[in-house]
Order: sequence, then structure tokens, then C-alpha cells
Amino acid sequence: MLQLNNIHKTFYPNTPDERRALQNVSQELNSGDFVTIIGSNGAGKSTLLNMLAGSLLPDEGEVWIDGKNVTALPEEKRAKFIGRVFQNPLTGTAPGMTIEENMMISLGRTNRRSVWKGITKKTREQFREHLSTLEIGLENRLNSKVGLLSGGERQALSLLMATFTEPKILLLDEHTAALDPSKESLIINLTKDLVEKQQLTTVMVTHQMDQALELGNRLWMMDEGEIIFEADDENKQDLTVPDLLKEFENVRGKRMASDRALLAK
Amino acid sequence: MIDALYGAIESGLIYAIMALGVYISFRILDFPDLTVDGSFVTGGAVAAVMIVGGSNPLIATLSGALAGMIAGFLTGILHTKGNINPLLAGILMMIALYSINLRIMGQPNIPMLNEVTVFTTLSSWLTGLDNVLIKPFELLGIAAYAPSTFYVLTSMFIIILIVKKLLDFFLRTEAGITLRATGDNQSMVRSFSTNTNLYIVLGMGLSNMLVALSGAMVVQYNGFADVNLGVGMIIIGLASVIIGEVLFGKDKIVRMTLAVVLGSIAYRIIYSLALQIDFLEASDMKLITALIVISALVVPNWLDKNKAKREFKKSKKLALKRQQGKEVQHASVK
Repeated sequence: MLQLNNIHKTFYPNTPDERRALQNVSQELNSGDFVTIIGSNGAGKSTLLNMLAGSLLPDEGEVWIDGKNVTALPEEKRAKFIGRVFQNPLTGTAPGMTIEENMMISLGRTNRRSVWKGITKKTREQFREHLSTLEIGLENRLNSKVGLLSGGERQALSLLMATFTEPKILLLDEHTAALDPSKESLIINLTKDLVEKQQLTTVMVTHQMDQALELGNRLWMMDEGEIIFEADDENKQDLTVPDLLKEFENVRGKRMASDRALLAK
Repeated sequence: MIDALYGAIESGLIYAIMALGVYISFRILDFPDLTVDGSFVTGGAVAAVMIVGGSNPLIATLSGALAGMIAGFLTGILHTKGNINPLLAGILMMIALYSINLRIMGQPNIPMLNEVTVFTTLSSWLTGLDNVLIKPFELLGIAAYAPSTFYVLTSMFIIILIVKKLLDFFLRTEAGITLRATGDNQSMVRSFSTNTNLYIVLGMGLSNMLVALSGAMVVQYNGFADVNLGVGMIIIGLASVIIGEVLFGKDKIVRMTLAVVLGSIAYRIIYSLALQIDFLEASDMKLITALIVISALVVPNWLDKNKAKREFKKSKKLALKRQQGKEVQHASVK
């Protein structure tokens, strides 16, 4: 489903600020795989995600999605088959528009946007049905401005909008980092449900090791632009947070730099 | 005085089309577009030249609107493809249009007296309308207060109704929703596989088409086209939008477009009232317009703040009273 071939990316090459964000990343995901990516700040997680989404071009290497080379495909074209949820709940929704209008934007991902048709009764029913799966009562507030929703509600809506048109790939960019713990577990549970129900191929970046272990069937650990450790189905199930930290020390010969990663439960 | 009022309503309705255009760029797309000063005249210039040349006034008016749309496209392209700051893209287009408008007109001023215009055409379609509409005034015994003719009012009312309805319809279609979302959160719209640049260019075209349509109507209403007709037009449009929002605005799109139209009329009424003051001259109007916009921007903010302050004080007083009441109770229990 998703293939990364020898991806390289260097920011500010040949200057004192040169930073190798990705080095020789080659990976493959099968349809229905759910990979969680952990790593400290600046490890290259977000760069990798942006590369998949098409907001960054690699210096070298290729990105293949569903048998097609999409390396040079611009972001908005690639978004046809990529759903994305951002870290900031404000990024994924339009605050000045109603819930149903936001849903309409996401529905337009797959087909051409009509100049003649607005939101019909049928699509409204469809939205209501999808929204009710979130179980936070948004289905009764179709005409509320999204700007009036709380951060957790907005993120739940973003998640739904990114998934209900069944994209080939779902990208989650630390999508719970801006939420308080109770909302965080809500969003994590929703993520689990939605991904499982639609068997979405998912790439999730997170700072929190317990999240990375809890979700998905695969795990990549990144540092300085490289994937330094990976775990698949069987060996991922037995992994614990101390295991991961030890693994990091083994590979890198140093301690994991991020306090946030350590402090996370 | 009463004639001035009807005149204000008439021109309010004509300029309302321009205000709707400004509403699209300024509010919906969040694009402070100064092209308006130029494209307003472009619409007027094209219509005037064609009418004087003997074209059908309806076709001339629509051609003017199309010319404005092209100008809007160009501003949009300058911003999206050329990466030029919106304000600067608009100013560049405005300056360029000044020369282009002079080229179109061939002279700085085109008189159009006794030409066949949209208004004369419509009044020939609606013959006898005056005789009908004057009746209620006569019945009430206030015929002296009736406007001298109903043709301009009626035809403008019909035109603005059509424009508003079409705009309301478009803004609620999928494309219209996407256009509004583009102004609200561009990166979100892009993440749902939409070429936002295209929507910005289209939106700017639509906005300037309405502005130029208004310019074409104004030229026919005034009976002449002038290359300086558009000076300060953006501020007049903005004044209408802001006054409309403050006085009549609501969240819904249908209400917002209505508010802009009413705002335009309100602006013209304020304008004509100001002109009644002996001390003020016509040349002071730009200053007055600026003052109207400033006060429409500042006063609501200021009122809100005062209201919040008053409520804060009130709740404090209430809390104090409650506390005192409790203390009294306490003492009596003891």
C-alpha cells in the first residue's frame, strides 16, 4: 500500500544550520497496517509525515502509494486519497462555518465540487449518522459554528472528517498532544474504533510511548532522521516502555533526550 | 429633503451590488482587495463606451461586469501565482486599471445624456407603473411625499433582489461552501484535496464582477462616466459592509447579504443627511466617509467593553449584597 524507497531530506544544506531530517528511510506498509512512530524532538517524525502528505519533497528517493509513484504529486492532489489530522485542533476545521458545512468540505475530497448542489437532506442524514458514531452529541448540532466547539470536540470532528470518506492512508500528527488527558483518551479510543472499522492504513506520530505501544500493529522508533528500531505484530505486543528506552540506549549509546517521552506515564 | 431620501435609497441599492462584491473579497475571502477602485470604473467605462456606440444597454452592462471579472482574476493570479501580498496585488491592479480605463474611454469623461440605458429600457417595459404606485400615496393624502418616479427604485429593487438571491444560492452550494472555507481556514481546505488558489482567483473574479456591474449601473444612473469615479470606492464598500454588519448582521449567509444591502442604503442616507448640513461641502464627503467607517469600527467594540464592565460591576455589587445578607442572617442565628 505504502512504500518508501531510500528517502533523504536535508534542510539548509551546505550551511552551518544543515540538518539531516531523513536519512535513507526505506519502509513498506501493507494495506490495513497501523504504524506508530515515536522519537524525540527533531528526530524526523514530522518530516516523514509531511513527506507522505506531499507538503515536502524529498531530496532523494521515492514515495509509492497503492502502486503509484506519488513523489512529485502536490499536496492537494495527493489529499484525494490521504486523510490527515493535525496536532492543533484549530488546523483541521474551519471555525467560522457550521459542522455540516465542514463535513461537506471533507465529503468533497473524493468528488468534484458542485456549483449547483448544496447540502441536501440525504447528505445531511448521512452526516448525522457518521457524527452519531462519535457519541458526543455533535449530530444534534449540525448548524453550530465549529468555532464554538471545545478542542476535544473539534479534534473528534477532524478525525471523523479525515476518515469517513475512506482514504487509502490516514496520517495522524500527534493529534492528541494539545488535549487534556480525558479528551486524549476519548480521541485515542475513537482513533482505534475508526481505524479498525474501516481497516485504514494508518501512520501515527506520537510523543507518548504508551500510546505508541497501545495502538497499531507496528512501531518505528526514529532518531536523527533514521528509523533505528522497529517492531512488528508479535514482538510489539510484548514491548513495554522500559524496553523501548533500553532499546534506544543500545542502538544509540545515549539516553533518550526527550523529557516528554520519559514523563509520559 | 424627501427627494434626497429617495435618491439615497436609489443610489444605496445601486452601490449595494458593489458592497456585495466587497463583502466577498473582504469578509468571505479575507482578502483586502483595492482593485475595487479600478474595476468599478472599468465596468462603468466599458458600459458607457458601448452604450454611446449604440449597443444594447443590457449587453453593455453585462460586458462591463465581465471586464471587472477579468480584472479580479488578474488580482487573484498576482496574489496566488505571483506570491504578492494581497494589499499590494490590489494596489498594483488599481494603478494599472487607471491607465486601462482611460484607454477604454479614450477621454477622461463620457457624457451619456439622452442615451438608452438599462433604466430607460426597464421603464419602457414597466410603463404605467408610476400611475399605479402613486395610488397608495394619493389615498393617504401624501402624494407630495412620493418620489418623482418609481422606475429607478423598482428596477434597482428587482436587480438587487436577483443578485442577492443568486449570491445566496451560490454561497450555499458545494463550491460556495468551499469558497467560504478557503477564507476561513485555507490549509484545512487544501488538506481535503482542493486547489485553494483556484478558489481565491474565482472568488476575486466574482467579487470584482459585482463591483464592475455596480459601476456600469452607476454610470447609467448618473448619466456620465468619469475616470475618477472609483476613487475611495473600496472605503464606501467597506463602510456599507461594516454598517450593515453592525446594524443588521447575523450569522447566516442570507442575513449577511441582506445586511450588506441595507448597510449600503444606510450609508447613503447618512451621506445625504450630512450633505444637508450647510457647513459641509461635497468635497468633505471623503472625510465623512472615513469618519463613518472609523466610528462603525470603533463604537461597537467600545460599547461591548463598556457593557462587560457594567456587568462586572453589577455582579460584584450583587455578590457583596448577598454576603451582607448572609452576615445578617448569621448574626440573627447567633
